[in-house]
Amino acid sequence: MDTLLSQILNSLFYASILFLIACGLSLVYGVMRIVNMAHGNLYAFGAYVAAWTVGLVAVRLPDVNAIVLFVLLLAGALAAAAAGAVLEPTLLRPLYKRAEEYQLLMTFGLLLVLEDVMRLLWGPHPLTASVVADALPSVSLLGLTYPGYNLFVIVIGGVAALALWAFVYRTRFGVMLRATSQDMRMASALGINVKRVYVQAFTIGCLMAGLGGAVVMPISGAVLGMGVDALILAFVVVVIGGLGSLEGALVGALIVGFVRTLGIMYFAEVELAVLYLIAAIVLFVRPAGLFARA
Amino acid sequence: MTPAIRPRLLSRLEVGGGLLVAVVLLAVPLVAAPFQTITVCYGLVFAIAALGFNLLLGYTGLLSFGHSAYFGVGAYVTAELVKYLGWTSMEAYVVAGIVASALAAGLFGIVCVRYTRIFFGILTLALSQVLWSLALKLFWVTGGTDGLRVPTPTLLFGTLAPTRDKMDFLAYHYYYYVLVLFAAAVAVMWLIVHSPFGKALQAIRDNETRAEFVGVQVRKYRWIAFVVSGAFTGLAGTLWVPLNGLTTPDILYWQFSGRIVFFVVLGGFRTFWGPIVGALAYNYLETYAVGFTVYWQLVLGLVLILLVLTLPQGLAGAVEALSHRLRRAPAMT
Repeated sequence: MDTLLSQILNSLFYASILFLIACGLSLVYGVMRIVNMAHGNLYAFGAYVAAWTVGLVAVRLPDVNAIVLFVLLLAGALAAAAAGAVLEPTLLRPLYKRAEEYQLLMTFGLLLVLEDVMRLLWGPHPLTASVVADALPSVSLLGLTYPGYNLFVIVIGGVAALALWAFVYRTRFGVMLRATSQDMRMASALGINVKRVYVQAFTIGCLMAGLGGAVVMPISGAVLGMGVDALILAFVVVVIGGLGSLEGALVGALIVGFVRTLGIMYFAEVELAVLYLIAAIVLFVRPAGLFARA
Repeated sequence: MTPAIRPRLLSRLEVGGGLLVAVVLLAVPLVAAPFQTITVCYGLVFAIAALGFNLLLGYTGLLSFGHSAYFGVGAYVTAELVKYLGWTSMEAYVVAGIVASALAAGLFGIVCVRYTRIFFGILTLALSQVLWSLALKLFWVTGGTDGLRVPTPTLLFGTLAPTRDKMDFLAYHYYYYVLVLFAAAVAVMWLIVHSPFGKALQAIRDNETRAEFVGVQVRKYRWIAFVVSGAFTGLAGTLWVPLNGLTTPDILYWQFSGRIVFFVVLGGFRTFWGPIVGALAYNYLETYAVGFTVYWQLVLGLVLILLVLTLPQGLAGAVEALSHRLRRAPAMT
């Protein structure tokens, strides 16, 4: 019973992180029809900035309130968002009228650059700030002791999913976003500033990825290569759920989260292979993913 | 190199240039130091991979981010033949490498060619990462991160055994061996892209719907192109192993796929020769630049971004445009 509950919580923890990464990938694709290969690196960037900021403050002010440290995690999300807001207009905008290959090549180039920029800024060794994770006490749940920070991440994932849903389906900006994603020309003809919607969508996507990186950092640290690992898993999520669909990203993240937890217990060697087998089956049965809208 | 397969199809520039390049490549081991020769040899091997890759990108319009998979299959099959069967014949490696990588590409291709554009790129990347994770984790078969050692093989059906000085053997006998296979690969690829099949692929690239309407079986043709492309890349992987003496999971990792993409974009994927130029040029750059900087990926990424923004036709395209302008210039003044 205890192991079952803890495995379920672990799966939800994975799913939260995966959702934060995959929803941005899906959002950007839904609006701009671009798959950002560097998306995982923005997630890693969020983790590095968060670790660096928290580390800086925790060293200078050893008795700082833990709440301050939690707020500082947001620095990672904001830094990733800022990077996105700069990258879209400068590097991606010139390519919208060119063949799709060039957009993929551009984001691939960005992936390479960002990976080494992080190595340049923070060195080859992992950065951690486990102070944040230690600040929350363990929680007793039905006789199971579970780290409080992991529960916090699950809550963040849930809140982020709700907030994003409300944003896309309940706000004026969300209407403009959906209009642009359905028909960019028509939206433009109706007076929507498509360029601005693009920057905003890309920035939000990066914000979510950065947030994912920031909240996972206290547990797994900020490591080189984490971006690509995350990208590979986020691909499975969006392929299963349907690229461009937020509901799909949520369901995909849950599926991948649970399968990963099972995989770690029973088939650690072939975990990634099993995930991709599932993705391949989904692609055969429903080529555009489970939640694709025609 | 045999540039005169179909003289009609080759311009005078190509024949002249091809002959010049052939003479230079034949002369390399005679005039250059062994280290230089081996560098060129690596370049030729990568050029075979780039040729295979470009059948998909340049001629079929499919951008694969997972060609490390086929290169890696070629390399690992060779290493497993050494480990389990103790084979030493290079010809056996070549045949096994081509067959195994074609099989892998055939299997992956069934899934991948159902999609185009972005999905195709994602799937190829993802499947190559699956192979990488297997090579890493099934260490009792693959040696894990340590990889597998491959001794220098015997050439020409066992008649040419490696000499005691491995470096000299690689820089002379093995170099010519690779050069012959490189020439064969170029000739075969040239025939493929100029055959009706090649024309059909280009029709698919330019307009899938029209191609379908004139009776091209789009998915089947894409699949065949995928398999051929994988087999070329696998051949390159097999030829690479004896040079390196060791195969590790690094060659299955996405960064290696990125390197193959880079060869082709650097050289220019709209031309037949571009990928070859790109692979040789890249290999030279890397050999000398890695010594100067640990931030090699940063350099690569920046160059790639600059190429996409300012020189989308690559080196070959730039040279072509330049020669065009030079030829036209007098007429305009």
